[in-house]
Amino acid sequence: MNNNVPLIKNSFKKILKKTESKNHLKNFTINFGPQHPAAHGVLRLILELNGEVVVKADPHIGLLHRGTEKLIEYKTVLQALPYFDRLDYVSMMAQEHTFSLAVEKLANISVSQKVLLIRVLFLEITRILNHLLSVGCHAMDVGAMTPFLWAFEEREKLMEFYERVSGARMHAAYIRPGGLSSDFPVELLSDIKVFSLNFSDRLAEIEEMLTNNRIWKERLIDVGIVSSKQAVDWGFSGVMLRGTGIAWDLRKNMPYDYYQHLNFDVPVGSKGDCYDRYLLRIEEMAQSLRIINQVIDELDNKIYDFSSSKIQNNNSKSSVKYNVMKTYMEDLIDHFRLSTGSIALRAGETYCATEAPKGEFGVYLIGNNTEKPFRCKIKAPGFGHLQSLNDMCKGHMLADVVTIIGTQDIVFGEVDR
Amino acid sequence: MLLKNLFNSSKNNKIKFCFLTTDSSTNKNELNIKMYNILLKVRPSVKYLIDKKVFPYIFCQKFNNENIYIIHKKNILFSLFILKNHINFQYKVLSSISGVDFLSTQFDKNFRFAVVYDLLSLKFKNRLRVKVFLNEISTISSSCSVYYNANWWEREIWDMYGIWFDKHPDLRRILTDYGFDGFPLRKDFPLSGYIDVSYSADKRRIISEPLELTQEFRAFTFESQW
Repeated sequence: MNNNVPLIKNSFKKILKKTESKNHLKNFTINFGPQHPAAHGVLRLILELNGEVVVKADPHIGLLHRGTEKLIEYKTVLQALPYFDRLDYVSMMAQEHTFSLAVEKLANISVSQKVLLIRVLFLEITRILNHLLSVGCHAMDVGAMTPFLWAFEEREKLMEFYERVSGARMHAAYIRPGGLSSDFPVELLSDIKVFSLNFSDRLAEIEEMLTNNRIWKERLIDVGIVSSKQAVDWGFSGVMLRGTGIAWDLRKNMPYDYYQHLNFDVPVGSKGDCYDRYLLRIEEMAQSLRIINQVIDELDNKIYDFSSSKIQNNNSKSSVKYNVMKTYMEDLIDHFRLSTGSIALRAGETYCATEAPKGEFGVYLIGNNTEKPFRCKIKAPGFGHLQSLNDMCKGHMLADVVTIIGTQDIVFGEVDR
Repeated sequence: MLLKNLFNSSKNNKIKFCFLTTDSSTNKNELNIKMYNILLKVRPSVKYLIDKKVFPYIFCQKFNNENIYIIHKKNILFSLFILKNHINFQYKVLSSISGVDFLSTQFDKNFRFAVVYDLLSLKFKNRLRVKVFLNEISTISSSCSVYYNANWWEREIWDMYGIWFDKHPDLRRILTDYGFDGFPLRKDFPLSGYIDVSYSADKRRIISEPLELTQEFRAFTFESQW
């Protein structure tokens, strides 16, 4: 018994020493989200605050995880396509397009020039669609309500174009492996032309509200600065990378579809802060408008034969054209074969990346001579950007976290997949 | 074709060195030419020539002008380091890391999983893929020390495939629910899962119960007629 007394004393001393060394102020930890409107969906952030300064931000994602990659393994490529609309649900066609490109690579399909032009047209419409939401929501998070409303009015017009070609406002499933789901209506081009004439004014209005706005500048300038080395280390792409001054745009540097024949500029930032990225998004919309005008002219001036857009696969072909399919037996058989049996993917693999509005959207597809993808990995730009949120937020105020989430242009459909 | 190649090489237990060929169709691709020049210096009899600035790989595949290097897992960190920092490679950006499960098509238990690194060189406008094969229980060292953004990609693979990354700074599950059990992207994990999560009005909280389907999930796997 006596032996125990000094032991207890010693351990007591040890505990005392420990408490002395730990005698400092503990940081305040708060839960940001998952139902916070500025979290752009279902982001749960565990923020460690020292006063009002962020010490650590730990994003908890996966609240919108639907197992898209697993589902795709059980679907034929045509059945899998609509899942891509639902990833990043503000830039739908950009992702369909990437998947279609990957499938076309694996199934050895080449598409006609008209298809390429229509794809580019709708890809750029999608880019405007995305940037409008991005800038509008960003402005609303920071406190400006009006640009958001204006942006959504324009978005509605663009989604009408979606609706007219595919029947769906958002989840279009229009760009498909081998081409498009259908040709577009005749009057569409002139209507897009009218839109593009008016849109530059709308863009100028939004810019007028924000670019020289004192509050907007104070909230954005010098917030979330990323150096070009950091951007490369963190695997950034798209506007996040270009904001730091690196001129890297897959449309220019690794051209796909029709982009090598089109004139457009790639704006780059100088400082790498949120304000630069806002300016880039505005400028990219203007550049997209330029591309749209060029494509419309191209489509207007030449007459394209749509019958050449047949899926060439394993020495057989199928027409997409409805009246041909109804007239000729062979075409009916081919159409039936393709619509019920889908496209067979060669044994092989490909990583196909395109410049989606949010950054590099990639599809890593493995085929094994069946109609179902063996593995389809989706590289979402938002996932890569969000993981650097901790580094970008460190040392900033709590209110700046909202600005940084806004500038990263996070959409949880693609982050969680 | 992919697996057949691998099969042959593992069967003969030889280390193959395939050289990159210069591709006339992609003339812009100066990297290919540079790598070709470097790799020509390698003789298979010499083990690994680090001072000749080559990274150790088992063999190289080519699909649609995409280069895939298959690397032994013990060499992965070194290879990635070389690919990132060597003046002729400069694959500074890690696009993504993906996991693949070859359960049904594996020919050897050492080739169940693949971890695939997609690298991008901004300087040479080139992509390169590095692949590591793993068996069910082996681990792979985390590439976070080379590529900072490998962190979440590796967490995702751990979450989805249960591949353990050694010395990863923060290897937690990322996409699945808190307290989730199992690795959902493995081929032996059923599509409909094991548990059913719902809101119970009686208990006034979210409950998870074993899954009960009125109709068994049907996966049609028969071959296509055409």
